[in-house]
Amino acid sequence: MTNDLGELLRVEGGRSLATLTRVLGDLQLAEDALQDAVITALERWPRDGIPDRPSAWLTVTARHKAVDRLRREARRSEKEEAAVKLTPGPGDDMGGGEDESVVRDDLLRMTFTCCHPALSPDARVALSLRTLGGLTTAEIAHAFLVPEPTMAQRIVRAKHKIATAKIPYRVPPDHELPERLPAVLTVIYVIFTEGHAPHSAESVVRVDLCDEAIRLARLLAELMPDEPEVEGLLALLLLTNARRAARLDANGDIVLLEAQDRSLWESSQIEEGAELTASALRRAADRPGPYTLQAAIAACHSTAPAYGATDWSEIAALYEQLEALHPAPIIRLNRAVAIAQTDGPAAGLALADTIEGLDRSHRLHLVRATCLQHCGRTAEARSSYERAIELCPSGPERRLLERQLADLR
Amino acid sequence: MPQYVALIYGEDANWLDPQYADQMKEYGEFGESAASVIRGGNALQPTSTATTVHVKGGRGGDIVTTDGPFAETKEVLGGFFLLECNDLDEAIKWAAQIPGAWHGRVEVRPVLEIGPDQEA
Repeated sequence: MTNDLGELLRVEGGRSLATLTRVLGDLQLAEDALQDAVITALERWPRDGIPDRPSAWLTVTARHKAVDRLRREARRSEKEEAAVKLTPGPGDDMGGGEDESVVRDDLLRMTFTCCHPALSPDARVALSLRTLGGLTTAEIAHAFLVPEPTMAQRIVRAKHKIATAKIPYRVPPDHELPERLPAVLTVIYVIFTEGHAPHSAESVVRVDLCDEAIRLARLLAELMPDEPEVEGLLALLLLTNARRAARLDANGDIVLLEAQDRSLWESSQIEEGAELTASALRRAADRPGPYTLQAAIAACHSTAPAYGATDWSEIAALYEQLEALHPAPIIRLNRAVAIAQTDGPAAGLALADTIEGLDRSHRLHLVRATCLQHCGRTAEARSSYERAIELCPSGPERRLLERQLADLR
Repeated sequence: MPQYVALIYGEDANWLDPQYADQMKEYGEFGESAASVIRGGNALQPTSTATTVHVKGGRGGDIVTTDGPFAETKEVLGGFFLLECNDLDEAIKWAAQIPGAWHGRVEVRPVLEIGPDQEA
C-alpha cells in the first residue's frame, strides 16, 4: 500500500464511518464493516483506479459487508431482522448517495457523540482520534505513551457505554451548544498539547498529534462556520504550531522564545492563524472565548518582527481578560510574565506572589526565579531555580532549567 | 424504549422527619413534572435499617448477615426512580431535575434488558 492510498483511506474512511454509524445505528458494526470495505478497496483501487467519490464507495461497500456480517451472525433473530432491513432494494442508493451536507451532519454527530460529557475525558480523546482521525488503537496508544491493551480497553469501554447507555448519535440543539461545544474543543486542544508538550516523552514534539489536532480543528471549523470560538481554536493551534521548528535546537533542547530563530517560523501558518484570530475576535464582538483570547496572545508573539518588538501591554491586557473569564492560577502566572515586561520584574514578582495553588509547579518557581534574577536578587533567584528543577520532571524542560541555573552562577 | 434507573445518593435521612418537608415537596413536584417518564421508584428508609446479606462459600453456603449498608460512605443510597427515556441525553435531562441532584448526586444507569436472546 502506498502512503498516499493509506492517507486517502484514513480521511475518506472517517467520513464514511460517520455515515455508516448513523445508517447502521451501531458504531462497532460500522467500524467492522468499514474495515472489511477498506480491505476490498486495497485490493481493487490499485488495479481499477480510485473511485470518483471514495467515501461514498466505502459507505456502499461497507453497507453490503454489514449485511454479510449480520447474516453470518444471524443465529439471533433480531440480527436477521436488522440484516433484512439493511438489504438494499431496487433503486436503493445504499447510503452512499447522500449529498455533502448529509456527510457533514454525520461528521458532526460523530464529533458530539465521541466528545459526550458522559464519557471520561481520556475516552473522548481516544475515541475522537479513532473515529474522526482514523488512527489505529496502536497509534493512539503510542502517541499517549499508554500500553496498547490499556488504550484498547479504554476505547472498547467507551464504545460499549455509547451502545448500552444509548448516548445519542445527534448534534445537540442550538440551545445546548454553549454547554456541549467546549467539551469538543477541549478534546482537540488536549490532542494538540499532548503532541506539543508531552510530560514525559523523550522528544518535546510528536508531530502526528499536532497535525491531527489541526486537521480536526479545521474540520470542525468547516462544519460549524457560525462558531467564532472554533475559529479561535484553529487559529491558536496554527499560531503555536508555526513556531514548532524553532522550539528545539539540534540536540533536542528547548530554545526560549527570546532566542528563537524567527526565520524558522512557518509564515503561512502564522498568516492564516493571524487572519483567523482577527476574524474570530471580530465575530465574537465583545465576548471572545478563551481559545480566541489565547489565539490573540499567540498572534502577538508570532507576528512580532523581533522579541524586543513584542507588544507586552496588549498581551497583559489579553491575559487579564482571560483571567476574568476563567480564573486560574496558571493564567495569572502568564499575566505576571507579561507584567514583568511592561512594569518591571518587581511588579511581575509581586503579581506572581499573589498566586495560590501553584506551589508544586516548577513554572511558578521559574517565573519567580527569572523576576528575582532581573531584580538583582541572585541568591533568591538561585534557590527558586533549584526549587523549579526539583519539581520539574526530567526531560528537555528540566535541562533548560539546569542551563539557566548554570548561567546564573 | 430504554429504561434507566436514577439512583439518588445523599444524606442518610429519615425522609418523613419534618425537617425534610421542603425536600419532599420538591420530590412531589418532580413526580408530577416527570410523570410521563417515571415507571417506578421509591424513597428508602435510612441505612440504620439496612441489613447486608452474603452467602459465604458459594450457593447454598452459610448466610452471613451484617447490620448496615454494603459500603459505609458519607453519601448513601436514599431512593431511586425508574425512568423510560429515548436516550441518555433525555435521561440526564430528567435526572438533573430530581431534587437529589442538587441535595446530593444522582447516578444514572441503563437497565439491563433481558430479552429472549439472553434467556435462551
